[in-house]
Amino acid sequence: MSVGIVSYGAYIPRYRIRVEEIAKVWGANPNSIIDGLMVYEKSVPDLDEDTITIAVEAARHAINRAGIDPQEIGALYTGSESHPYAVKPSSTVVAEAVGATPNLTVADFEFACKAGTAAIQTCMGLVEAGMIKLGVAIGADVAQGAPGDALEYTAAAGGVAYVIGKNNLVANIESTYSFTTDTPDFWRREGMPYPEHGGRFTGEPGYFKHVTSAAQGLLKKMGTKPSDYNYAIFHQPNGKFPTRAAKMLGFNSEQIKPGLVVTRLGNTYSGSCMMGLAATLDIAKAGDRIFMTSFGSGAGSDSFSFTVTDRIEEIRNGAPSVEKLMANPIYIDYATYARHKNKIKL
Amino acid sequence: MSVPRFWRRLKNIYNLIGTHCNKCGSYLYPPRNMCPKCRRNGMTTPFKFKGFGEVVTYTIVHTGAKDYTKLTPYILAIIKLEEGPRLTSQVICDHSQIRIGMKVKAAFRKLGEESEKGMIYYGTKFVPMED
Amino acid sequence: MRDVAIIGVGCTEFGELWDKSFRELFVEAGVSAIEDANVQGGKIDALYVGNMSGGRFIEQEHLGALIADYSGLASLHIPSTRVEAACASGGLALRQGIIAVASGYHDIVIAGGAEKMTDVGVETTTDALAAASDREWEGIMGATFPGLYAMIARLHMHKYGTTQEQLAAVAVKNHHNGTMNPKAQFQNEITIDTVINSVMVADPLRVFDCSPISDGASAVVIAPADIAKKYTDTPIYVKASTQASGTISLHDRPDITTIDATIAAANRAYKMAKVTAKDINFAEVHDCFTIAEICAIEDLGFVKKGEGGKAAESGLTAIGGKIPVNPSGGLKACGHPVGATGVKQAVEMVLQLRGEAGKRQIDGANIGLTHNVGGSGGTAVVHIFGRDK
Repeated sequence: MSVGIVSYGAYIPRYRIRVEEIAKVWGANPNSIIDGLMVYEKSVPDLDEDTITIAVEAARHAINRAGIDPQEIGALYTGSESHPYAVKPSSTVVAEAVGATPNLTVADFEFACKAGTAAIQTCMGLVEAGMIKLGVAIGADVAQGAPGDALEYTAAAGGVAYVIGKNNLVANIESTYSFTTDTPDFWRREGMPYPEHGGRFTGEPGYFKHVTSAAQGLLKKMGTKPSDYNYAIFHQPNGKFPTRAAKMLGFNSEQIKPGLVVTRLGNTYSGSCMMGLAATLDIAKAGDRIFMTSFGSGAGSDSFSFTVTDRIEEIRNGAPSVEKLMANPIYIDYATYARHKNKIKL
Repeated sequence: MSVPRFWRRLKNIYNLIGTHCNKCGSYLYPPRNMCPKCRRNGMTTPFKFKGFGEVVTYTIVHTGAKDYTKLTPYILAIIKLEEGPRLTSQVICDHSQIRIGMKVKAAFRKLGEESEKGMIYYGTKFVPMED
Repeated sequence: MRDVAIIGVGCTEFGELWDKSFRELFVEAGVSAIEDANVQGGKIDALYVGNMSGGRFIEQEHLGALIADYSGLASLHIPSTRVEAACASGGLALRQGIIAVASGYHDIVIAGGAEKMTDVGVETTTDALAAASDREWEGIMGATFPGLYAMIARLHMHKYGTTQEQLAAVAVKNHHNGTMNPKAQFQNEITIDTVINSVMVADPLRVFDCSPISDGASAVVIAPADIAKKYTDTPIYVKASTQASGTISLHDRPDITTIDATIAAANRAYKMAKVTAKDINFAEVHDCFTIAEICAIEDLGFVKKGEGGKAAESGLTAIGGKIPVNPSGGLKACGHPVGATGVKQAVEMVLQLRGEAGKRQIDGANIGLTHNVGGSGGTAVVHIFGRDK
């Protein structure tokens, strides 16, 4: 495979709400929630932010980081479960706002939390086939957790964009492997404000089956072992699941540490493991090997194997790192949070 | 604002694209095809501003405009772009932070929506440079 | 070009006038003016009406025809014209009427203004008023009228040290004047504390820094100066009538704390009347917000730039002061039915110059100036009136 990551960029809104603040409202014990989920706080969008504004900021960071000419972008895809319009693509607004229009193809993706990685695979195909020079794959979400539901503690906001191409790569994509079945572990019907989920059903039959199958499938395809990798990122709906998946597969806690942003950020859904990958790329060195497996409810997993090039040092400082984006958060209370997330019906 | 009216200007408002008069060198944002100095003798071409500027004056609006009642209180400001022209926009920062002379940079935000069923307007607001 | 005089004036009360419709208001003002002028309806040659937003407030355009019809003048087929320049619509109507008579085209002309703002909700009113700014580049970014003037105030405070209390002093003075004006919307005294403790609208402007939403109409009868004495013993002469445009948006204004259209119109007016700012005894200026009066007296040349804040505070612009400003109560206390204001200012001039201003009479009033502004300064209209030709 001669394709890879040309650049990457992330965006995280400034506001945060702590688990204790949410627990207080519902009379829950914050310590058991923190222990159970391994999440302390999550990001909250500003009143005038949504999936599109987040996707634009992430895409602009990716383009600026490597000094990309937006007119060379041949495809742009935004994956999300919170597209602002049910019909009218987020990606046309993003394409216009990064100056990539009019000579490109655009569409929106949805596959719960793995919409972004599916977009990466699509861009890989178009680039490999010589149909486009550069493709942009974005995973962005302003996730909704129903008030009082377990997901409310982790449903966060954020987005990440990857520019895929053949030249000037910061990381080669050596291979990708996917595992998909029809498993209804989590969904949201048209017009409903919050998703439904299967509780414990989302674990074994959902997350773990698909993540481990895709991961093992890729390792077998490539003939590699977990110890061949410097870093690993798994989809992070909370801190527990990826830690357990890593252990099940034979990866250790040091490998997953830089990418495990969920504890301080929450689950950015379509941006989730893409954010973990960005945080890892922020500190990786030339020659480092990275393993990533996403998960989207419904269900499916996309697994990737990357090798970092020396170009990463050249362009790394061209846009803010994930750590920089997470710094100086503004903490808010539940009432302000409810206002920001439009939970108060006017 | 009606859909065609917003659409006509959305490239300008998403990407801070104004005009530049090649005759007198004026940078114009909002864009104008007729240079106010040269009038018919001017020659204007599109120009993309970098998005950096400073706050000339500001206010904190408590009684919002029609599409902005959910956002109050918000900071409305006149910003002078590096290249010269001044524009009206909002600044997103802590209300205790805003001051005349503050350096700001462009950010992509939602401007509002026509209604729950209607179009969503996006555009450029500003955030402090230190962000 | 011949000299022109005002031979009659009329004005309704200003306020929330639930029982009166737009057309009733204009007719009431027009009839008062004609009676004051001792003119027969058949003698009227033309009608000019200033109105900002009939379309948004009462879903009515074609106001020239409506007013002519309801004044009973449609059967005489007189030309009837509606003019608009946002809050300067009244001043514009006055000037158009003056030009028509000065040029010799018409002899007796009625110039009036009317606005009915309370038939719609506050949100619609506020949005309709925002059309005086640049909708595409100010309005869409969330600029409200108070917001724009608040930005002027903030910069004025930063550059010249003007204080919140100095802004409040303007409102206090105008309310005090309003207590002596039976037509004023507000006839109550207020204090500095009232103003600075009132609800914030757009920092630093509070509710009491802002003129209200009002209904009302006013009208004047204009005639050639050389026949004015046939109608009245006290014709008041128009010594200057000028108008200037400026940038529509505040961000394009060369100096944000200066309405250069005011300076242009004022300079033309002083030249036309062969006077200077020092010769003006009193003025009715456009105080849509307290800061607007402060900038106005600077831009009109009554005080130096930056010194406007001290004027109301020190009593300079009180009725007994050196240069009384807004004896009618201004827009703040008298009220601001948008299209009517510019003409009401002329009505106040005439009453003062005739010596008929009752409790708020200014001693020795001889030459007065009116100042009417549209939007944040896109239009300025200045008139100078005097007891002598």
